[in-house]
Amino acid sequence: MSTLPLATSFLQNESFLDVLYIVAFALFIQGLRGLSGPTTAVRGNRTAAVGMAIAVIATLLQPSEGNWGLIALGVALGTAVGIPAARQVKMTAMPQMVALFNGVGGGAVFLISWAEFRRYGSSYGSHTHSLVIRELPSGAILHTITVSAGGVPTYVAIFSVFAAIVGSVSFWGSNIAFGKLQEIIPGRPISLGAGQQIVNLVLAILAVAAGVDLVAGAHSELLFIGMLVCAALLGNAVVLPIGGADMPVVISMLNAFTGLSAAATGIALNNTALIVAGMIVGASGSILTNLMATAMNRSIPAIIAGGFGGGGAVEGASGAGEHAGTVRSTSAADAAIQLAYANRVMIVPGYGMAVAQAQHAVRELTKELEKRGVEIGYAIHPVAGRMPGHMNVLLAEADVPYDQLEEMEDANQEFGRTDVSLVIGANDVTNPAAKNTPSSPIYGMPILEVSNSHSVIVIKRSMNPGFAGIENELYYEPETTMLFGDAKAAVSEITAELAHI
Amino acid sequence: MVLASVLTTNLAILVLAGFIGFVVISKVPNTLHTPLMSGTNAIHGIVLLGGLLVVGLAGNDTFNKVILVIAIAFGTINIVGGFLVTDRMLEMFKAKPKRGGGTGADGAGADKEEGS
Repeated sequence: MSTLPLATSFLQNESFLDVLYIVAFALFIQGLRGLSGPTTAVRGNRTAAVGMAIAVIATLLQPSEGNWGLIALGVALGTAVGIPAARQVKMTAMPQMVALFNGVGGGAVFLISWAEFRRYGSSYGSHTHSLVIRELPSGAILHTITVSAGGVPTYVAIFSVFAAIVGSVSFWGSNIAFGKLQEIIPGRPISLGAGQQIVNLVLAILAVAAGVDLVAGAHSELLFIGMLVCAALLGNAVVLPIGGADMPVVISMLNAFTGLSAAATGIALNNTALIVAGMIVGASGSILTNLMATAMNRSIPAIIAGGFGGGGAVEGASGAGEHAGTVRSTSAADAAIQLAYANRVMIVPGYGMAVAQAQHAVRELTKELEKRGVEIGYAIHPVAGRMPGHMNVLLAEADVPYDQLEEMEDANQEFGRTDVSLVIGANDVTNPAAKNTPSSPIYGMPILEVSNSHSVIVIKRSMNPGFAGIENELYYEPETTMLFGDAKAAVSEITAELAHI
Repeated sequence: MVLASVLTTNLAILVLAGFIGFVVISKVPNTLHTPLMSGTNAIHGIVLLGGLLVVGLAGNDTFNKVILVIAIAFGTINIVGGFLVTDRMLEMFKAKPKRGGGTGADGAGADKEEGS
């Protein structure tokens, strides 16, 4: 195989390449530290990107590197797809974009494992513990393993098989999550019912059994493909029954999975940068998953068991009739008067606001109110939007001052002295059923206690239940009035009415 | 170095990296969780390295070449798309203090960074 013309013996020195990897993962860690503050976050992300560039260059300098045409082709294809996608995606579509980028990562992992299996052929899984790698500084590189002998160490096979299974689950699971958020696939749970968990268990057992057989020395590519198919079905079967409301937790979990599978690939290929970067993502994804699940008062096993929102939707549909007639609707003019004479207004934004692209209109409205001396706050539920922090991104896009954003605990203390709470496209996160109705599927979820404020105006398209498919008791409370209509149009109308007051 | 110690060294790195990830990421404020998820998502695009390494050894097997080109393309999408999209999101946070009004929160963020 050819080598880079500029590659001198120094550049291809293994210690030098190892040092490059160490520099790369130090930059990843430093970059993530930068993400801990709004002012350092941009730099943090770029630091990590520089680390990635160094890691890629170090890999291309490896003496075993070759097939430059194929590399150029793959990178060109990836760039041609990745850049426009990242540039053009709307901020509201961010969760599904993350799901998609996560999915392709998982896809790369299982494809690499498959290629490794094909390359090793009959030596895959043979037990050659006596195999000794040439003396090398820590982080001996891949080609020494393959040059050394015909056998593949058992641990390489184990980690490679693990990466294939988890990568495949992540790829298919992420694609389903993308489909649900993009509404290509219905958001409500699709499930086999009671048999679902048994099916999942059987698929998991089949995939693991095939993996064990491969590690033990079954030299069958058909078996490897069978394992990938079982893992793919498992990825589908796990995510399809999960309702839309739980999707952020699922994406975060799959993000952690992809990280772990990348770390496993790193061990199989004896590549330090892969191990470190993959594992850091595995750790962060697990933390995030846990935080999100806690915010929604859901346990991760319960989410995986699936079906959330399904029962609630049925209940909500049948329960809707009982409440009918007690909803009071209002007009934009009345809402404008209420807001103009308030001392303090709390905006409660939800995903509905984002979908309607109403954040700029909301910002205009609050500017007008501020001119009239009204004190403004934005109450942000931890899972407002569809991921933690998603709403902050959307509001930042509309130039809402950072210090007006109040997290749930602070906001809940403020509602008591709030004159008007303006709920825009938020539903489940304001539902008092989470506090008052033990039978509700969302019982126990922390909510924004909007009903503590003197009055509540809810801007909503219709009386349809929210993403979780559950009826909202807030709408039937005496202090609540409903302003029906598109969030953007309704907010602009209020702003226009303000001018006449 | 014998095989067993290559494995144990790598496992040690794995465990330490897990702890580092946990410590570094626990400090991130809620408001930055979405960019963080997107940013870590970009970092696991490092699987590209696996594709780059293995393609060098792919030999003449056409099917192998095809799946590895796809793997490299996937890895590249993950990296390029992930970092770009994170940058776009974060730019929105950064742009605000300039317009005034965000200085209080800005200062708090800086304090957190120093404290860490």
